[in-house]
Amino acid sequence: MELIDQKTKAIMEGCKERARSAGLRFGDETLEYLVTNRDMLELAPKMMIPTLYDYWVHDVEVLREKGKYELYPGNPYETVINTRPAISFYNDNNPDWLNVMIFYHVLAHIDFFQNNLYFRHTWDYDLTGQALADKRLIARLRSEHGRWVDYVIEFARGIDNLVAFHGELSQLHRGETRCSARLDFFFDIFLQQQRIVSTSEYMQQIEAYNQACEEAGDMGEQSFFAGVVRKYPEFEAAFDRYESEKSTQSPDLLQFLIDHSPLLNREENHWMKSVLQIVRTTSIYFQPQIRTKIMNEGWASYWHETLFLQDDRIRGHEIPFARVNAGVTAMPRVGLNPYALGMRLFYFIEKAADRGCYSFAYRRLCNMEQKRHFDQKTGKGREFIFDVRENYSDFTFLNSFVDQDFIDHNQLFVAGKRLDEERMVWQYYVKSRHADDYRQMLFDSLYHPPKIVLDHEKSREGALYLNHIIEGKPLVAEYIANTMLGIEFLWGGPVCLETSEAVVKGESDEKGLAAEITWKRVRYQMKERKLERTFL
Amino acid sequence: MNRKQLYQRLKASGLTKRQQKIIAAEMDDCGDHSVPVPLTSLPPLADLYGPDDLDCLQDLRVNSTTFNVRTLDQLLERDRLRERDGFPRKIRIGRMVRPGRNTEGKVVVVPTTVEEKFIHDNRFNQQQQGEGSGGGSGQGEEGEVIGEQPVRPEGEGEGTGAGKGKGADHEMESNAYDLGRILTEKFQLPNLKEKGKKRSLTRYTYDLTDKNRGFGQILDKKATLRQVLQTNIGLENLSQSEPIDTTKLLIAPRDMVYRILSREKDYESQALVFFVRDYSGSMAGKATELVVTQHVLIYSWLLYQYAGQVETRFILHDTQAKEVEDFHTYYNSRVAGGTQVAAAYRMVNDLVQQEALDRDYNIYIFHGTDGDDWDREGRETIPELKRMLSYASRIGITIAEHSYGNAGNTEVQSYLKKSGLLEQAQDLLRLDNMSEDEDEDRLIEGIRKLISE
Repeated sequence: MELIDQKTKAIMEGCKERARSAGLRFGDETLEYLVTNRDMLELAPKMMIPTLYDYWVHDVEVLREKGKYELYPGNPYETVINTRPAISFYNDNNPDWLNVMIFYHVLAHIDFFQNNLYFRHTWDYDLTGQALADKRLIARLRSEHGRWVDYVIEFARGIDNLVAFHGELSQLHRGETRCSARLDFFFDIFLQQQRIVSTSEYMQQIEAYNQACEEAGDMGEQSFFAGVVRKYPEFEAAFDRYESEKSTQSPDLLQFLIDHSPLLNREENHWMKSVLQIVRTTSIYFQPQIRTKIMNEGWASYWHETLFLQDDRIRGHEIPFARVNAGVTAMPRVGLNPYALGMRLFYFIEKAADRGCYSFAYRRLCNMEQKRHFDQKTGKGREFIFDVRENYSDFTFLNSFVDQDFIDHNQLFVAGKRLDEERMVWQYYVKSRHADDYRQMLFDSLYHPPKIVLDHEKSREGALYLNHIIEGKPLVAEYIANTMLGIEFLWGGPVCLETSEAVVKGESDEKGLAAEITWKRVRYQMKERKLERTFL
Repeated sequence: MNRKQLYQRLKASGLTKRQQKIIAAEMDDCGDHSVPVPLTSLPPLADLYGPDDLDCLQDLRVNSTTFNVRTLDQLLERDRLRERDGFPRKIRIGRMVRPGRNTEGKVVVVPTTVEEKFIHDNRFNQQQQGEGSGGGSGQGEEGEVIGEQPVRPEGEGEGTGAGKGKGADHEMESNAYDLGRILTEKFQLPNLKEKGKKRSLTRYTYDLTDKNRGFGQILDKKATLRQVLQTNIGLENLSQSEPIDTTKLLIAPRDMVYRILSREKDYESQALVFFVRDYSGSMAGKATELVVTQHVLIYSWLLYQYAGQVETRFILHDTQAKEVEDFHTYYNSRVAGGTQVAAAYRMVNDLVQQEALDRDYNIYIFHGTDGDDWDREGRETIPELKRMLSYASRIGITIAEHSYGNAGNTEVQSYLKKSGLLEQAQDLLRLDNMSEDEDEDRLIEGIRKLISE
């Protein structure tokens, strides 16, 4: 891997100026490397992070038929990685005009990484540096503990898709001025969940609190609680209990194991915790990538197209540009293209916002004709999409903006595939042009890890009890055994998983006679590396 | 006899409805058996996360021919250790074969693995929504069919030949011999029985058996002493009456007799393997892939077991049988046409008879088919099979059943069962039945079934 030459770097700097004046915001420094096929071979399994820790699975062709991206939510083969400074990768024989296009694409990605709030937790440190430190730590551990380090990595990676990404994120987005924990507990939990008081009683308490603050100023809270204890003598005890319980709660399974696993807490096993921590942090770092794929690619495509066409340095290359650009951003006849979809949606939103369509005035219109001619000429389209790129993720983006107008405008439809048994051909057909169906189809193909929570009540006698909350899809059954084997190892005792299996009655056909599905609760138990399955 | 005539004849002797259907499906199949140019397959309907920047923008992909860092042996050793530590093995040996015309028997071994996690089963979703749905754009009313794709792809496309097409995989090259070794070690297949040492081969082992004067590896003392005495007698250095004074003996360099490493002919039984593949129209897609993959595995394994001494012949058949020269052609020929198993068996029998192969070789026959046969009752097939049993060391028939048929109910299977040959010649004839969707592990299991003692 070597850096691009000075001439190309100058082109990049020119692109940065133009991108900045168009409104994109990103750090000054960037690094651009030329990569060869050999580099790619090493980088690809490490999600393009050159310093990521070594792991033998990276050297093996990984079977990806089942659940590809579900297993590998990081974005492999990304041109640019979210580091400080951002690092991007280039083929060494790109012509200048193509580099210009890619530079704009890359800059828009960097802008997205550094401004979208779902990436908030990645803003405060540089992953390459962190990863290098982790890599060295793992290498050292390997020299001490040999292959057991790899087992721990393997087992930790087995549950690294269950990390509490949103939980971590919400910690960072808390406001500065907050009430004390005691007050939060009193109003949110004690009054509403434990005592379950009437609304008027609740309002009285708020009133009492406000009054206390008014009278006693800074001491207001204290004097208020003095009153509370008189009325509810059990409050203090309840609060203490709540506090002590809260301290035992962990945001996700990996963190729970780090905090509470009897095995990991043994003196000689402390090193395993560091490994788990590395796997967890790395996983959380990559989480937003897959959850913003459509937006990120759409945003980058929007900008490379917009900025390239305005760039005065590469006049005369419009035709080759058009060819490459069409290859990237054309809507396929069947299939999905995140670049095309995201870019069209951004264009669509910009136009709509220019007309002021995201307003109450527009929404209350019920006449199609009026809607069509509605135009407030706000001129705020650009500003609006900048706001969207800051605050949305793929799900909220699609959910908020994919509407019938968008579908009609781009002639989108849900494509179906069915077997014509007479002629033995697969038929592709237009299944639906309804926005709701289209949105649902998109949601179905979005990344979504299963929700698996710890059940403290059922965790008895040293066993760990996991509960899979079913969301219309079962788990991949073949993977359950080995994943649970890993958890059992890390926990050091038996592990149970409660999940559901679908019992399908009858066969579904295209005529809409859907099969009848009933869900049956099943419990898997992994004990001493043996798996047992029982129906509940 | 061409397809039409055969059909007429079969029709005259009466056909069931089901058989009519099978024949009709292949009757008008006018494809040819040429070796296909790899095709790119259609994109999946709803794959949001497939496209990536490096590919889309810069056409940068992982080059498929690049060597991997770690050697296969290290990986397998790691796997062995896993087992010892009480964890299940994780490495699976991929099948990928690239039999080029020039590099015969070149097999690409791809170690594969999977990292298990709790993830949603998306296959489930597809089942529920009929055959799957995804995005699309452009003209067309709701319900309108906008395109078609044959279920049985034209030729086998990229499916069987080049593995994953795009070649976005890292892989390791090894030869068939290596694959065989791995199979033997990893899966512990039973060795084939040696059928007596029939004929000497031009194969050598090296041993310290020859004697040489002047130089060599080990001094043969007895022979040297004899030689020395002989020389000295010749020189009249020894008188018969007096006791021998060894210090006075003259020793010429040429008197030193050594044992020297020498080439020895080795005697070993040798094997001839017939690979017979059904390449009729109905074999399109997975069935063929499965059969060829299995044949590659067997081929590699035999190569290892018989240390390169295994000879192979390749027979393809639809309604007629044809012998092809190399594995490449055998492996890559397109499917088309009707099915008549008897034709292939007859060809094997004729070849064996004409060339008197059974005198010199252990003969193994592996036949891969989807179980369809126009000859429903095996009226022609069974006699040929019986003839075959008279000389073969083992006949292994693999049936890769189509997912749309009923399991265990194919023509070939039913007439084999009816004939009772499976029980009578249990030692010589084996049948393995699997669904065309099976994976590698099942294939290995299948081989075990076919060649176990």
